[in-house]
Amino acid sequence: MAKKGTSDIRFAPTGMESPEKGGVQKGVDLPAATRKKHKSLGLTTQHLKDMYQQMYLQRRFEERAMQQYQKGKFGGFLHLYIGQEAISTGTVFAFNNDDDIITAYRDHGWGLCRGISANEGMAELFGKATGCSGGKGGSMHFANVKEHFWGGYGIVGGHIPIASGLAFANKYNSNGRISACFFGDGAVDQGALHETMNLAQLWKLPTIFVVENNGYSMGTAAKRHTVAEIVDRAKGYGMKSAVINGMDVFSVFEKMKEIAEDVRKHSEPWFVEIRTYRYRGHSMSDPQKYRTKEELEEYQSIDPIERLKSYMLQEKLFKQSDIDSIEEGVEKEVLAAVSFADESPFPEESELYTDMFVEDNPYFHV
Amino acid sequence: MAVLQFREAIKHAIDEEMSRDERVFIMGEEVAEYNGAYKVTEGLLDKYGYWRVIDTPISELGFAGLGVGAAMNGLRPIVEFMTFNFAVLAADQIINHATKVKYMTGGQADCPIVFRGPNASAGQLGATHSVAYDSMYAQFPGLKVIYVSEPNDAKGLMKSAIRDHNPVLFMESEQMYGLKGEVSDEEDFIIPIGKGKIKREGSDVTLVAHGKMYHFAVKAANELAKDGIECEIIDPRTVKPLDLKLIVQSVKKTNRCVVIDEAHPFAGLAAEIGFLIQREAFDYLDAPVLRVCLPDVNAPFSKPLFDAWLPSPKNIIDAVKQVSY
Ligand SMILES: Cc1ncc(C[n+]2csc(CCOP(=O)(O)OP(=O)(O)O)c2C)c(N)n1
Ligand SMILES: [Mg+2]
Repeated sequence: MAKKGTSDIRFAPTGMESPEKGGVQKGVDLPAATRKKHKSLGLTTQHLKDMYQQMYLQRRFEERAMQQYQKGKFGGFLHLYIGQEAISTGTVFAFNNDDDIITAYRDHGWGLCRGISANEGMAELFGKATGCSGGKGGSMHFANVKEHFWGGYGIVGGHIPIASGLAFANKYNSNGRISACFFGDGAVDQGALHETMNLAQLWKLPTIFVVENNGYSMGTAAKRHTVAEIVDRAKGYGMKSAVINGMDVFSVFEKMKEIAEDVRKHSEPWFVEIRTYRYRGHSMSDPQKYRTKEELEEYQSIDPIERLKSYMLQEKLFKQSDIDSIEEGVEKEVLAAVSFADESPFPEESELYTDMFVEDNPYFHV
Repeated sequence: MAVLQFREAIKHAIDEEMSRDERVFIMGEEVAEYNGAYKVTEGLLDKYGYWRVIDTPISELGFAGLGVGAAMNGLRPIVEFMTFNFAVLAADQIINHATKVKYMTGGQADCPIVFRGPNASAGQLGATHSVAYDSMYAQFPGLKVIYVSEPNDAKGLMKSAIRDHNPVLFMESEQMYGLKGEVSDEEDFIIPIGKGKIKREGSDVTLVAHGKMYHFAVKAANELAKDGIECEIIDPRTVKPLDLKLIVQSVKKTNRCVVIDEAHPFAGLAAEIGFLIQREAFDYLDAPVLRVCLPDVNAPFSKPLFDAWLPSPKNIIDAVKQVSY
């Protein structure tokens, strides 16, 4: 029988209560954003325009995708990246085009940034033959290997060792490329991360471990599922580390550029925590009872896309009409993608058996 | 009899066993504050508190093994996997530890633990979220493997699983959680592990089907009845130990058998049952035993490919016609 007091025992930290009562604070604490202007970061006005267009494309692509999902145009999971676009965009602008990127299932933004067209992306969501993965992967498995985007992966933490494998091959071949692995705060708790961090530091692999800490792992606040500050995981491995404000594309760009250069020069891994926030539920079936509307609004009020737009206008680099025309262009592109996806054919049934093996006529057990 | 959803039937079983035995606790991702990713554990936190309903990080290997240790040390853990696809990360603890510790220690330590969660595909969730693992685990000595199809079975077998003194895998299905069915309201309703059930009587052909595939077998049988073919449906409910006697008895009556299994074909439950029937009832067979299972390829996302991939009532009807010449 229970000893007196056992029923007061708590293992997992609890949520919705006040910190005084042992509950946890939600969301993420953002570090200060960079104060540098675009020129001192080495960005031209054309860069700004491209960045804005890219972030706006990621946002509108997903908002339209969500509508199509709700209309029943496709099924499966749909995890939206909305709110986190500064991370993919800042990183891709900071990296060389042949640096290798791999991510988890929240992958649409990454794909769009790395050469997947809105058409190919939307068609993949619809499961069409014209999709970036031929309709075989769906939302969780966008990929564009040709442009060094190795795809989105659905097993939490599963792709972390793979990223170091990409780096291993790069070092093996001395090709000057680096790799970067993006994963959520939830994936920090997987053993795969810790095994791989040790390997990467021991073997001095040119790779960056990047946690996109958006405050939540499904319905669990980061402070409820993981101890201490995530970035401090690096210390135990003697790994270089940084914390970045992920709601500001300049901050992501600046730091990721420095880090990428350091990794390339010294062939040594980094561990980076980029703090951000996801606006939507974990996937489409999340009632979001674990957070307040006020908390969400707090982060929406510092939206990374709005922030870049304000900068472009305040610095008088662009007029409102310039912004409008970028947005109209994106809107057209995304609507065209919806039609393209809708009108594209589904894969032929014989496609079920392709892409399993390399041979033309492989053995299948029956 | 009460009509319950599948998820409610499982929850009632867990609830009853938790109130009966304080050593029983449940842990897993989102089981407590979120009330379960699929709401199987809804309300249990309120009732039993943070002591016994415990949210875990996404650390399948860690918390499965922690469960094994807690079981060895006198507790009776229920470990929920959000799906058995993620239990692959915990396979070392299930296969190398839970199943072997008693044997290796010469019987000194027991491991009374239940690993549970949804198994097999649940629509277009892609290659890594769609695998049926029951046959694979049944391969390993030291495990009991249950994969149920109806709320009543779920309740009675879940209670048995929790009371069992060995490691038990209890498999469910995302797509069946909302399914309603009559559940016995007998006090302390228990179904013993290892007992199958004849769920439809028929004289022409035996269909063996469990889990989600059971419902496809029912559909096929209803269609076939219109053509005058009467199927006998056996739901083994427990994959291991397998109720071979029940299957063999039925085959001796119908002389034909189709096994339906949502697993890939190689060395799966269907292969095993086919072998056992030829060993036990060779002289009674009027046709080779056929199987309807997944093709030897990964799950595709695209809807028409997925539909072609998943066994269907049509596939079952075709197989039955093939054996009923
Ligand atoms: C090994 C494994 N366990 C559980 C899941 C189910 N699951 C999918 S996403 C997720 C939460 C992950 O959160 P985080 O890593 O913070 O990423 P985010 O969704 O916030 O981008 C869980 C539990 C899974 N896909 N894989
Ligand atoms: Mg997260």
